[in-house]
Amino acid sequence: MALYSEKVMDHFQHPRNVGKMDDADGIGEVGNARCGDIMRMYIKVDRDTQTISDVKFNTFGCGSAIATSSIATEMIKGKPVREALKLSNRAVVEALDGLPAYKLHCSVLAEEAVKAAVRDYYDKNGIAYGDELKMDCEHCTACDEHQSAAKAR
Amino acid sequence: MYVYADNAATTAVSKTALDAMMPCLTECYGNPSSLYAIGQRAAEKLAEARSVFAQYLHAQTGEITFTSGGSEADNQAILSAGMIGAKEGKKHIISTKFEHHAVLHTLRRMERLGFEVTLLDIPENGVVTAEQVRRAIRPDTCLVSVMFANNEIGTVQPIAEIGAVCAQAGVLFHTDAVQAAGHLPIDVQAMHIDLLSLSAHKFHGPKGVGVLYARKGIALTNVIEGGAQERGKRAGTENMPGICGAAAAFREACLHMDENAAHLIPLRDKLLTELSKIPHSIINGDRVKRLPGNVNLCFEGVEGESMLLLLDEKGISASSGSACTSGSLDPSHVLLALGRPHEVAHGSLRLTLCETNTAEEADYILSVLPGIVDYLRDMSPVWDELEHGQRKHQI
Repeated sequence: MALYSEKVMDHFQHPRNVGKMDDADGIGEVGNARCGDIMRMYIKVDRDTQTISDVKFNTFGCGSAIATSSIATEMIKGKPVREALKLSNRAVVEALDGLPAYKLHCSVLAEEAVKAAVRDYYDKNGIAYGDELKMDCEHCTACDEHQSAAKAR
Repeated sequence: MYVYADNAATTAVSKTALDAMMPCLTECYGNPSSLYAIGQRAAEKLAEARSVFAQYLHAQTGEITFTSGGSEADNQAILSAGMIGAKEGKKHIISTKFEHHAVLHTLRRMERLGFEVTLLDIPENGVVTAEQVRRAIRPDTCLVSVMFANNEIGTVQPIAEIGAVCAQAGVLFHTDAVQAAGHLPIDVQAMHIDLLSLSAHKFHGPKGVGVLYARKGIALTNVIEGGAQERGKRAGTENMPGICGAAAAFREACLHMDENAAHLIPLRDKLLTELSKIPHSIINGDRVKRLPGNVNLCFEGVEGESMLLLLDEKGISASSGSACTSGSLDPSHVLLALGRPHEVAHGSLRLTLCETNTAEEADYILSVLPGIVDYLRDMSPVWDELEHGQRKHQI
């Protein structure tokens, strides 16, 4: 059996929405180079509809870190911002047809990268937000250290 | 093109080894402990295999114990030396920070048994000195354990010098020679080695066979209790196919050692030279005091596992010391001991060649790898920050 599902390998080998976004409305970065993975997510928001009109990512990390970033961008692109916030790490794992147990923290990073980007957008635009955007790392049992450095840019 | 460049992980079983193994599985399947002819034929094969290891290690046959592999040999060597020391009230062990886990974790166990362990720092070139060992020896030191060659960065330690220091101080000396056996000359007499571990599958023998050399007079403590096999020091019916394959492979490796090295060193050096031209890369470990087939570098701004997956896609099997490949949160303890920052250690790549690797294969690696590093750096936010001065280059 291969380490990763075909879906993971597809997103690793052909990452969607990869690259920088110079005119992003929100940028979120989570992870820590010391721990071996950093995700940076850029979102462009349509002000009228409050939907995510474009999304890009840059990731330093293992195969699953790249794959979870890639699929997370697909899952939130074109979605209302509020809906993007509901993206859970579990949904990311399911969309990838599973991840090895010790790679689950990558899916948490993807969820948090999205939240960090949205929070950055809210902060820049004076939009109030509630608990759903708290950078809560405690639900990740896969790895505590990886999560501690989550930060919005 | 397919390139297997992970020979430090394991090697392909050679035809010579396989040919030696097959009869043990077919016509000569007897138990060497049995008195009838087919059993005695197996006993003869066992004795022959033992004499091969004794010959090429410059040991006596009675000093060779077959085990299930390098890890078991390391465990038994350290446990035995500890028990001998404890009888004299000596419970201090010296080793190094970049040993294999088979040694490091056994040492942790010794600490739980009341021993004190000193782990020597690793100089920047990945070669510890005999002087470091000499300075660390205390009146209550019972064992020095220093690996012959490091499994990740391939650096070769001054074993003869360390052996001389230990002999002079009257301290037992163990060396984990798993990566060196069959690749570098070993003379347990001249090098003053008291205990040595090796593993067959690192030199084209089968997996599941190791050897513990213990100088005559050193009482071994059993790790596995049971029957009287291996002079009562390692119970269990002997793994005859494995042992015979191991001996055949070891003889072949030792007979061809010089020509293998002559083939590998130019390939190794070309890879080291060319790959270190990639900007912000660094060679891990001394370039000369190094196993003939070991290439190990770090590339800043990329992560090892991604690099391995992309190499695999191109038909190249390699390894890395990144956290994701070590199965823990930290990158390789070897690279950290060498002083590499975590961020840099995550981007390590180990290519380990054997005599069947060709110049064309090395060229193929060189044609593929720089593009992979560039691709991953392009995708990496870390590299973006490094290139824009928001983060300081470390290498």
